[in-house]
Amino acid sequence: MRYLPLTPDDRTEMLARIGVRDIDDLFADVPADKRLKALPDLPLVKGEMEVERALSRMAARNVAAGSVPFFVGCGAYKHHVPASVDHLIQRSEFLTSYTPYQPEIAQGTLHYLFEFQTQVALLTGMEVANASMYDGSTATAEAVLMAHRVTRRKKAVLAGNLHPHYRETVETISAMSDHEVVARPPAPAGEQDILTAIDNETSCVVVQTPDVYGHLHDLRPIAAKAHAVGALLVAVVTEIVSLGAVTSPGEMGADIVVAEGQSIGNALSFGGPYVGLFASRTKYVRQMPGRLVGETVDVEGQRGFVLTLSTREQHIRREKATSNICTNSGLCTLAFTIHMSLLGEAGLRRLARVNHANAVALSDALGQVPRVRVLNDTFFNEFTIRVPGDAAAVIEKLAVKGVLGGVPASRLDPDRPELRDLIIVAATEVNTEDDRAAYVRALKEVLA
Amino acid sequence: MNQQGRPTKPGDAIAIAPKTFTGNRALRIEEALIFEIGRLEVTGVDLDEPAAFAPRLGDLERKDPIGLPGLAEPEAVRHYVRLSRMNYGIDTGVFPLGSCTMKHNPRLNEKMARLPGFGDIHPLQPQSTVPGATALIAELSRWLCELTGMPAVALSPKAGAHGELCGMMAIKAALAARGEARSVVLVPESAHGTNPATAALLGYRVEAVPARPDGSVDPEEVRKHLSSDVAAIMLTNPNTCGLFESDVVAIAEAVHAVGAYFYADGANFNAIVGKVRPGDLGVDAMHINLHKTFSTPHGGGGPGAGPVVLSAALAPFAPLPHVTVNAQGVRLVEHAGEAGDAKPFGRMCAFHGQMGMFVRAMSYMLAHGADGMRQASEDAVLNANYVRAGLRDLMSLPFGDRPCMHEVLFDDHWLEGTGVSTLDFAKAMIDEGYHPMTMYFPLVVHGAMLIEPTESESKASLDLFIAALRDLAMAAKRGDTARFSGAPYYAPRRRLDETRAARSPVLRWMRPAAQKEAAE
Repeated sequence: MRYLPLTPDDRTEMLARIGVRDIDDLFADVPADKRLKALPDLPLVKGEMEVERALSRMAARNVAAGSVPFFVGCGAYKHHVPASVDHLIQRSEFLTSYTPYQPEIAQGTLHYLFEFQTQVALLTGMEVANASMYDGSTATAEAVLMAHRVTRRKKAVLAGNLHPHYRETVETISAMSDHEVVARPPAPAGEQDILTAIDNETSCVVVQTPDVYGHLHDLRPIAAKAHAVGALLVAVVTEIVSLGAVTSPGEMGADIVVAEGQSIGNALSFGGPYVGLFASRTKYVRQMPGRLVGETVDVEGQRGFVLTLSTREQHIRREKATSNICTNSGLCTLAFTIHMSLLGEAGLRRLARVNHANAVALSDALGQVPRVRVLNDTFFNEFTIRVPGDAAAVIEKLAVKGVLGGVPASRLDPDRPELRDLIIVAATEVNTEDDRAAYVRALKEVLA
Repeated sequence: MNQQGRPTKPGDAIAIAPKTFTGNRALRIEEALIFEIGRLEVTGVDLDEPAAFAPRLGDLERKDPIGLPGLAEPEAVRHYVRLSRMNYGIDTGVFPLGSCTMKHNPRLNEKMARLPGFGDIHPLQPQSTVPGATALIAELSRWLCELTGMPAVALSPKAGAHGELCGMMAIKAALAARGEARSVVLVPESAHGTNPATAALLGYRVEAVPARPDGSVDPEEVRKHLSSDVAAIMLTNPNTCGLFESDVVAIAEAVHAVGAYFYADGANFNAIVGKVRPGDLGVDAMHINLHKTFSTPHGGGGPGAGPVVLSAALAPFAPLPHVTVNAQGVRLVEHAGEAGDAKPFGRMCAFHGQMGMFVRAMSYMLAHGADGMRQASEDAVLNANYVRAGLRDLMSLPFGDRPCMHEVLFDDHWLEGTGVSTLDFAKAMIDEGYHPMTMYFPLVVHGAMLIEPTESESKASLDLFIAALRDLAMAAKRGDTARFSGAPYYAPRRRLDETRAARSPVLRWMRPAAQKEAAE
């Protein structure tokens, strides 16, 4: 087997050196009646070619985003990732390293995480950011738990237009940990009523902008109301590129900002792995979950970086930790950092303008299709259209015509009949004029 | 350059290395932060500016600069290549980090995960356009269930600790369905920190179960803690001392007898694949770290993937989404309304889990097959015991000289009186070109040194590793403390001041002027 360097002779010699006769002597602690007598009922060893053939056959059955006019978003976005990003993250020393617990030989990881933390703090308009979470949805759940610790309250208020998967993730951990959630109903037209739900038992208000239907929200009035009753404002961003064009949540008074960072550097990959961003005010840093990298010096006075404030974490604090998290999104974080370093201020802002311009052009074009209405007054690169009839059926018919036209709102929220005729449509820099024309043409045919 | 006629002779070289102007040392090159080398107006991504259009951002257009420096592509490539060279990886050398399973990461896995049909598909595109993705998930499920002897698997958890959370949530949901709200979770002292943290997150009171002198959990001790208020035991098997819990079946029976569940931490499943199945031992839930047992890369701390296999008692409570396979084919169930008789407890995260890791794990499993995986487990155990045999006369084994599983645990008894600590010893290993072993874990052993060589090491590699550790051990015993107390001497950095980092945290770069302001 090509991954196993020991030869049969090696094994014999090693067993003798150990002083046992048979490999099973080393498994003596396993109850004899429970040991497998035969191999598991699975295929046997395969060469590289065979594995590649089998997996390629499976992959070929899927429609890749890059092969069609593609407008699917809702928390995961098709962006162009520069070739150098994927090359660099596959450097052996990044790919095959561990959590940087030995800082003397992990400065590469620690150094880029420090850059990442700074990039995230700048983008979100916050003071500090951690070294990443699993993804945006779990970061949101952790933000809610953190707000409970900070405020010593137990009730979270979720805006109606929070991504339903995020809402469900928060609801699940809250129900399981004896915390209360007030989830407001969805408002696909954009007018969320949230201020009235905030009271002095509220620990935090969770608001997504751009929201799941694409609307942008001024967080300042919500921050004011939250702060007036001693609650925190948790801002959620599922399309991080938007912060190249839109006022940051930090500037609008957010106390914690969580985001999905997939758009920068990371492939769609059917939903994961992605990278959760987590930023907050410095005064709350000791209540933050996850890893933090800090600057220090070594015995020769040279600048270096280490994991720090780990007394918050499970490997030190065990049941008193701020979270049970024991990993970050390592390589996805690296991909984010490299892509963001390549973009820089100028590149990110232009990328955001191109996204916005393409979305505006698409909304104008789809708005012209008979019986289709665009619901948004404001949006960044994603908006919602109302179509006659069942949106999911429309999306399926579009797919048959080779256009992946968006996400039917019912895919995320199937139990609300009032959402059945809505499609959430995303546009990014990868979309061309031809893609838009193809979408309009196909939609007209489907609705005819 | 033609060097002919000008060969270098060692005699020409001066013995003491002078300081360099740059601070660099040949291939070891110092690197600044992007904030010190990048510029706001530079970008490494060419995009055409869009034609004029009327924005729809309302009054929320960003006005102030963000402050993000940019790098041209050659600068970015050089910057990150230089950083990479300050890291130690499995590809660099022996990485014997106990309980972390730093095995070889096959590059075929990387190639497969990047096929457009896997890497470039969206989690919310119509299911009709991704039959190959759901088929892969179903196939991975089948393999994981077969290897563990469990009937169901929840794939969405994003890492081991997330899998623990998922498994414990399923237990809590199953108890709730019985109308019970139990409040205690038993965790042996040798457990990973994530176990008690997970239990506490779900509101359970954690009760520690002490280990026997031989490092294993005593069923009698477990029975003493059991009551109708105990929800579950969280037991790592093989445990973090590198031993298989020989009384696991008795423990499972005792736990079940009071109506509690058996959560197994599967961090060390790699020792027993193809040898024994957790499902045959009475396990109700176990997470599997795809980044350990099934070789997906650790990537400097992530991303991981932590699918959870579930017993028949817990399977109905598996979270959304999950795949079902029936006569109609494979289907991804995303909502409670589509789940039939099942009672999913909720959702762990957005979308469907770590697909990129599923593909890599599948690639590893297909490559090994049932026979290759069993061989991998046997080789992992063989290698650990070979290291034990090579060091047992010099270093101390806390539980006596008995076979271990995939990792061997030493304590620091043998270092007493030498002035050298476990930490010093580990740092001296760095100078020898090795990544240190796991140290000071598990907590049940004083000055623990947990060595897991994995099946990826050849005999020659282990022979050199053992020889190097023997040399270090003898140096420690003869009082050559300088080799330890200052170590590492040859790494990109010497020992770092972690106290300073924690006392006045600097968690991000700031412009020097802003830094000064903040300090005042």
